[in-house]
This record gives sequence, C-alpha cells and structure tokens, in this order.
Amino acid sequence: MSKIAAAFDHGKAFIAFITCGDPDLDTTGRVVRSAVENGADLIELGIPFSDPTAEGPVIQEANLRALRAGTTTDRIFAFVKELREDVAVPMVFMTYANVIFSYGAEKFISTCAEIGIDGLILPDLPFEEKEEFLPLCRQYGVDLISLIAPTSENRVAMIAREAEGFIYLVSSLGVTGTRSEITTDLAPIIQTIRENAKVPVAIGFGISTPEQAKKMAAISDGAIVGSAIEKILAQHGKESAEYVGEYVNRMKNAINN
Amino acid sequence: MSNQNGRFGIHGGQYIPETLMNAVIELEEAYNHYKADPEFNRELTALLNDYAGRPSRLYYAEKMTKDLGGAKIYLKREDLNHTGAHKINNVLGQALLAKKMGKTRLIAETGAGQHGVATATAAALMGMECVVFMGEEDTIRQALNVYRMRLLGAEVIPVKTGTATLKDAVSEAMREWTRRIDDTHYCLGSVMGPHPFPTIVRDFQAVISKEIKEQMLEKEGRLPDAVIACVGGGSNAIGSFYHFIEDKDVRLIGCEAAGRGIDTFETAATMNTGRLGIFHGMKSYFCQDEYGQIAPVYSISAGLDYPGVGPEHAWLHDTGRAEYVPVTDEEAVCAFEYLAKTEGIIPAIESAHAVAYARKIAPEMKPDQTIVITVSGRGDKDCAAIARYRGEDLHE
Repeated sequence: MSKIAAAFDHGKAFIAFITCGDPDLDTTGRVVRSAVENGADLIELGIPFSDPTAEGPVIQEANLRALRAGTTTDRIFAFVKELREDVAVPMVFMTYANVIFSYGAEKFISTCAEIGIDGLILPDLPFEEKEEFLPLCRQYGVDLISLIAPTSENRVAMIAREAEGFIYLVSSLGVTGTRSEITTDLAPIIQTIRENAKVPVAIGFGISTPEQAKKMAAISDGAIVGSAIEKILAQHGKESAEYVGEYVNRMKNAINN
Repeated sequence: MSNQNGRFGIHGGQYIPETLMNAVIELEEAYNHYKADPEFNRELTALLNDYAGRPSRLYYAEKMTKDLGGAKIYLKREDLNHTGAHKINNVLGQALLAKKMGKTRLIAETGAGQHGVATATAAALMGMECVVFMGEEDTIRQALNVYRMRLLGAEVIPVKTGTATLKDAVSEAMREWTRRIDDTHYCLGSVMGPHPFPTIVRDFQAVISKEIKEQMLEKEGRLPDAVIACVGGGSNAIGSFYHFIEDKDVRLIGCEAAGRGIDTFETAATMNTGRLGIFHGMKSYFCQDEYGQIAPVYSISAGLDYPGVGPEHAWLHDTGRAEYVPVTDEEAVCAFEYLAKTEGIIPAIESAHAVAYARKIAPEMKPDQTIVITVSGRGDKDCAAIARYRGEDLHE
C-alpha cells in the first residue's frame, strides 16, 4: 500500500508545492512545517532545475533563487532526512528528469526511499518514457506519479490504469501559474479516471483562491497549489512561514466546507 | 535510421509534458502520411526549387584549394538559398505539413535569427500567423534579423529568462506550445527536441547530402573523401551527412563551437565537454554541471550557442561514424575573413567553424582527395559582430 494514500484520508486533500532552497533550506523547513500544521495533507518538494520548461514565471524564478542560494540535490537529501524526523505527512519530489538521470537514477531513487520520500512527479516524463525510472521506483517502493492533461483525450484511460500514488490532473493548457479562472471541462476526464484508476486524483495548475480550490476539490480528491505559495515566498522571503500557514489554513478550510 | 520510438541508439525519445503528447503523436501520424503523398512531395519540391532556389550550387573553391595545397575543396552553397541559409529547407517542409494539418499559426525559436527569418518567410508565403521566440541577448547580437522577421509580419518575443540565448528561446517556445496547441504548430529549427522532430527535420534537410552526392558524382565521378559541417543542434550537419552514412569511406566531420576553448567554461562544444542527459524532450549529450543543471554555454556564434546536440549526432558519435571536433571563436573568425578574401564569399560565422577545420586538414590530404564544406548560411548578419570582435566600433 502506497504511503501516499494517507494524504487522502482526511477529506479532500490539500497538496502544497514548495521549492526547496527558496530563499534557503532553513526557510523551506519552516514553511513545510507551517503548511503541515495548518492542514496540508501532502507536500510536494521541488528540486530546482536550471531550465524548468513546464513552469510559468513564478516557479521559474523560485528555481533560480534556490539555485543561486547554492541548493543542490545532496543538500536537499540531507534537509529532507532531518525534516522527516518530525514531519509525518506523505512527501514527494517534483523535479525534472535530468536531475535524477544525472545524479544516477539508482542512487537518487534509493536515497528517496531511505530518507522517506514517497513519490516522484516529473513533468517531462510522459507515459511513453516512464520505463526510464519505473523499474527502480518499483524496486525501492517510490511511487512514480502520472500526470494527465486536458489534451490527453484517448490517453486518459491508459495512463489511469497504470497510475500509482495519486493522479496529478493538470487543470488547463499551459505552464504552471495562477489563472483568473479555470474553464476546462474536467468532469468527463475525471469520470474516465474514476473508471480506470485505483488511486485518487488531485487537480493542479492555476489554483490560487479558496473558491477555485473548493471547486476543483469538489470534483476530485484534492487540490494542488504551487505558484500561489511561491508568490508568498517571493514577497516575504525568510519570513514566509507564518503567511504560508495562514494561506494553507484558508485553502484547507475552503475545500472541506 | 530511427526506430519507432524515435530512438537513435539510446538517444532521442519523447521527454515532454503530457499536455504535448497528443500533439507530437498527431504530428508523427501526419508526417508519415504526407511524406508518402506524391502531391505533398510535388508541392514541396516546387517550393524548394522555385521559391528557395534549389538545388544549391556545389562550387569548386579553386583559389582556396591552391592556397591550402592539399585536398580539392568544394563548397555546398546553402548560403545562396532564399533567406540566406539552409533553414528554409526544413521550414518549407514543416510549414506545408502544418498547413495540411489545418494549423494556422507557426511558432519557432531562433538563435542567430536565421530559422526565425525562414519561419517568418514561410508564414508570410502561406498566410499563417507567426511568433518567434529569441533570447534577448541574441536580439541584440542579431538586431538586423529581428527587423527582418518583423518586416515579414512575425511577432518577435525577446526571452529574458536564463541565459537569454537559444536554449531559453527553445524552452519558451515549448511553453507557448503547451498554452496553445489547437491552431499552432511548433516549427522546431533543428534536429533536436522530442520525436518526431529530429527525424522530420533531418528528412527535410537531407536534400543537402542528396544533392552533394549527385553533384560530386557529376563533377568528380566519385564520392567526396570528407564532408564537413558546423554543429549546434545539428540540422545542416545531419542534412549534409545523411546520404553518406552508409558510405563508410566518406569521413563525416561535425565542427562544434568551442567558444574561448574547450578547457574554459566559455564553450558550447557539447560532444567534447558534455555528458549524457535528458533535456528539451530528448536524451542526448548536454553541457551540464554535476547535478544535471544545464550549463550556460558560450560561442561567438548565436546559432551554435546551444548546450545540447541532436540525438542522431549523439548516436553517430557513439558509433564513431562521425567525428565531432571543437573550433574556437578565434579560428572561426579567421576562417570568416579567409573565405571572404580568398573566394569572395562571406560565410555565416556558424559555417565559418566548418571552413576553419577544413583549413586544418586540407593541407594534410592528397590533391586527388576532395572535401565538401557546407556553407550553411551567408555572413551578412555577422559583419557588425565580427567587426566589433576585431575592435572596430561598428553597430548596425
């Protein structure tokens, strides 16, 4: 049984994305703990990449701030190991294929298992290429999370059938970043996912307000928020923990009321 | 040369967001359909011949040959194509394909601006909308090409992220494609990115080696001993190599931009300084640090200033079928000046990398041997930058 399932045990899940090392790892630690104390059910930890092609400007900048601060994969591993001493919610890494490939896939994935990372989200690893890391993920018990997009159409069932952990449903076309409204008709996609998947489905991309989160969570099992949190980090830097906590609290309340 | 999943040996593949998967699958299906369609091929050949000016000349560079005192040197004159470079070969093919697919809008990345100009040209010709992404740094280095694209009706978007050069322009074009897929074709300019792009672009550029082969047989009655081309992403090089891959006696030499030297950090010589990685949709060689962060590369040539190389080149490198050699800024600039003074031909600074390497090996070869250098583009766009490199205060 995947450890990620626990994130969906307390009503609709609120999933928070936080870039490691923005502006430094100490701050990331405080922000993660504050998000968890305020109801975040699953934490997506971003490992910064120099050229994040699936991200909009907000997360791109967070990645660059983190890299400029000297954040590396090894430092993030040490950080997560320490974080795991008191943070119990499921945690996954969100990064790009080259970060894992370049580090050595086996060394990377076995370390994930060792330090308590439950899954990997790789926006540049579609269904056709998942064999790149899937055998090692299986071997070490780390879920390889599948993404489904509004353009997936005939691919939805195929991806859903083999999905592990949870399904990351991309709300709309384009890259990450807040949107004033989400107009995609996700209901038929979610129905196909329900008919084929054994795991829950959460919606991400473009969600920033409690109203949007409520709407998205109502039709799925949870809402994923990234850019809106990174905006708080960009504004408040090292003092962000309290603000992120307040924000997570509002969002979690919205999706379960 | 590639198998069904778009692999060249271990290289290639489709490492892209799920949002784009159906778009590349649709593109592959359309391409497989139209490449076998006589009507499509008739239209494309007419465009290449009547509009772009093909076949391009294979010119015997007699003065250069005498001066170097070794192998006989031929220049494949892609610089004489309409829009001034080989880029038009691929763009006419992709634009025609996109039109058949019902797309009304082309987006493209550009480094030196040659691919952007070619795409803007094809869009104007075919009545399509066009948006070109160009690193802000490159819009300054190649200001004239920015004007040309706008004159042709394209929108040019300066990309400010990252190193503000070609790789960032590619990233931004990919992001734009995920935003708007229905009416938009991403007209990728080199043999890189996710499958099927490396195969499609190679097929459209393979006309270069097809013609070289025919022209050499006509002029010399045999194949060349060496074919030399510059390599950034690698489209003019793969186009120049493709029909010779099975002819094992023909040396295939790709010239990478070494910038200030492969022992410095200011280089773009991927094969010589990079290692295996996954980026921009493909597995191939990339300049990167120990954690897989893509390195900021450097070359005087905006068109070769890219941290990766096409997957088929990576495979030709692995198998030893092609050689990839580094050429520095200084060597390229000397070759740029040399070809201008010796043959009255001003090559693109990209192409000058190939000329530079030919100058090194020609004197060691015998007079009955032949070298073909692909002059991938014309050098007008580079004159101001080279003048500045030589210390002249010249601005466009």
